[in-house]
Amino acid sequence: MEAPLIEVKNVSFAYNQNLVIDDINFEVNRGEFVALLGSNGSGKSTMLKLLLGELEPLTGFVRLMGMEPGKIRSWSNIGYVAQNRAAAYTGFPATVEEIVQAHLYEQIGRFRLPGLKAKAKVKHALEMVDMQEYSKRLIGELSGGQQQRVLLARALVNEPELVLLDEPTTGVDAKNAQAHFELLRRLNQDEGMTILVVTHDMAKAADYVNRSYCMEGGTMVCLEHEQMESELAHRHRHPDRRSIDAIITRKDR
Amino acid sequence: MLEILQYDFMRRALIAGLLLAIIIPCIGTVVVFKRLSMMGNALSHVSLAGVAAGLILGINPVLGAIAVSVAAALSIEVIRKKLPRFSELSIAIVTSAGIGLAGVLSGFVSNSANFNSFLFGSIVAVGSFDQLLIVIVSIIVISVFLLLYKELFYIALDEASARLAGVPVKVVNFIFTILTAVTVSVAARTVGALVVSSLMVVPVACAMQIGRSYRQTIWLSVLFAVGFTITGLVLAFYQDLRPGGTIVLVGVLVLILIISLQALINFVVKKENRIRKAGDIS
Repeated sequence: MEAPLIEVKNVSFAYNQNLVIDDINFEVNRGEFVALLGSNGSGKSTMLKLLLGELEPLTGFVRLMGMEPGKIRSWSNIGYVAQNRAAAYTGFPATVEEIVQAHLYEQIGRFRLPGLKAKAKVKHALEMVDMQEYSKRLIGELSGGQQQRVLLARALVNEPELVLLDEPTTGVDAKNAQAHFELLRRLNQDEGMTILVVTHDMAKAADYVNRSYCMEGGTMVCLEHEQMESELAHRHRHPDRRSIDAIITRKDR
Repeated sequence: MLEILQYDFMRRALIAGLLLAIIIPCIGTVVVFKRLSMMGNALSHVSLAGVAAGLILGINPVLGAIAVSVAAALSIEVIRKKLPRFSELSIAIVTSAGIGLAGVLSGFVSNSANFNSFLFGSIVAVGSFDQLLIVIVSIIVISVFLLLYKELFYIALDEASARLAGVPVKVVNFIFTILTAVTVSVAARTVGALVVSSLMVVPVACAMQIGRSYRQTIWLSVLFAVGFTITGLVLAFYQDLRPGGTIVLVGVLVLILIISLQALINFVVKKENRIRKAGDIS
């Protein structure tokens, strides 16, 4: 069987003696659409930093496409959309096309200008997120949801096999958030991209992902699609026990 | 108009001014978009310390300015790394160090008129060596700017993503910092150390108001800077004004005009929309 695209094994991490990730294991296989759920302070942002190689695990190991993240030299096969990045671009006089094209850096090559091939790739990436008619617009003129789609197009422009997204629907209204998840599902099903989305919004993610890993207090449980639905129903009946912590305790029993 | 070209020093000033008007906004766009607008300011103050040191040691003051501001630019980067969340603090520290050093050193300069000419620039002071230096620096800055166009754009937009895309961020930042320091030092002679940082940001600010893409914004910044320089030099020549200050004031005036015009256009458009909406309802 093919090795998983993301493999996290016995990983722990601590900030100054404070254990934030406690012996976590999880995998994402090719073709899957997986969510990493958790509230603020659950350790999911730390987990993402470990995946991106910004931090190194205290114990265990992380593999992204079979490699240690810190040693990956070319990220063109892995797309990453950071949280709330678009807000920082407002006021920057760059067009959607210029921003997406910038990420083709390695393919265009040093000291060279983008050719027709690069232009076609940019067009294709914008088509995938339904933003092709906005290519000449300034990024600052777009709505939050549209900016988020542009950043997704930028992550897709190198046609990566694996896409990581950090809270893609933060600051986006409910209707656009749903559209964004639908778009991700389409990329997963039609383009065969493997997707890991980090989010605190379990209710949104539940309808779309195959599986989710819930984090709380540095530990993790895995919920299959059906389990997520029953969990959401459970929360609906017991609104006082909404925290994912409660799932972990219930599972332990 | 032709009278201005009859004088050798004016021709030299125009050539030097035009070359600087091309390279300063190129550097300026990246500096502004990296949110380091005050960096030009810091480097120009520091370059004054280099000018003073050069005058005391008897070497060309522009070369002294280059040496000291390259050192200062690199220390800005070092301090910036130590205090990543307070990057503007590094600039404030280097600015004050530069002013302090320039203040103390200028006390030892025997020919204070010469030192003062670096504060606000001087047309007559552009010698043939200075001109040669400006030509060489301009060729280098323009070539590097074109060769690293993609890299500089991505780093200015978003350093973290640029790194993921494979841009050698550290190397490009290092080269750019040195280019900035050299450009500021060379420009100090013509437009003045206290004015060069304004020339770095005012044309960019004007271009940002109307640019419809990054590329267009760069072209517009260069065009604005060239326009300000020619207008400023001509005004300075006929009205007997200080050239550096005149160039910057022309720029600030144009910026105010653009912003006012835009406000006016927005006001008119909004009003028309309101009238149209009212018409639709009735």
